[in-house]
Amino acid sequence: MEKYFIYLSVVLTIIIFIPLYRVLVGPTLFDRILGAGAIATKTMVLILVIGLVFNRMDMFIDITMAYAILNFIGTIAIAKYLDTRGKSK
Amino acid sequence: MELLHIIAGFVISLGVFFLLIGSVGLIRLPDFYSRTHATGKSDTLGVMLVVAGIILTQVESIGHGGGVNIMKLLLIIAFVGLTNPTATNALAKAAYKMRLMPWFKDDKSANNKKK
Repeated sequence: MEKYFIYLSVVLTIIIFIPLYRVLVGPTLFDRILGAGAIATKTMVLILVIGLVFNRMDMFIDITMAYAILNFIGTIAIAKYLDTRGKSK
Repeated sequence: MELLHIIAGFVISLGVFFLLIGSVGLIRLPDFYSRTHATGKSDTLGVMLVVAGIILTQVESIGHGGGVNIMKLLLIIAFVGLTNPTATNALAKAAYKMRLMPWFKDDKSANNKKK
């Protein structure tokens, strides 16, 4: 079971690197923000799987919750800022 | 207990498959408004399935400190299900307010020119 989770974390790392293309190349600003949000969402899952590998779930769950809240607040802040800019234009 | 681990591994693998679909959709779909579908729906379902599988691995340690972990993981499921589509919707609304044009079938290039 431990070995399965280690393989799973390697696969998740490869999956995390795919939206980096959209962050670097993406034609508009919104594509970049969306790619950053997707990377953060998948990193949450990676942190949880690493917690299963190390058998310290009680510590890694708190890190995951903090990361989820930071991701949400950041995306909402940027979206609201662009929203008000678009309205005043 | 062994059966529970097999079910948990299957659910986690299904969730990782949905995360992979979300990533591929994010780089394959033609414009911003269709890319929001990839992160808004597939990623949310993938995270929910992976966390559900991790809950199944924590069931056997419910006597010594596993109950708090299960409650926190359920909280993460509820939080991700609420906030991930909300953030995507806010981004799409901001893009609509800034007049980002959607992609139509008859324009060949997938660039999103502003009006």
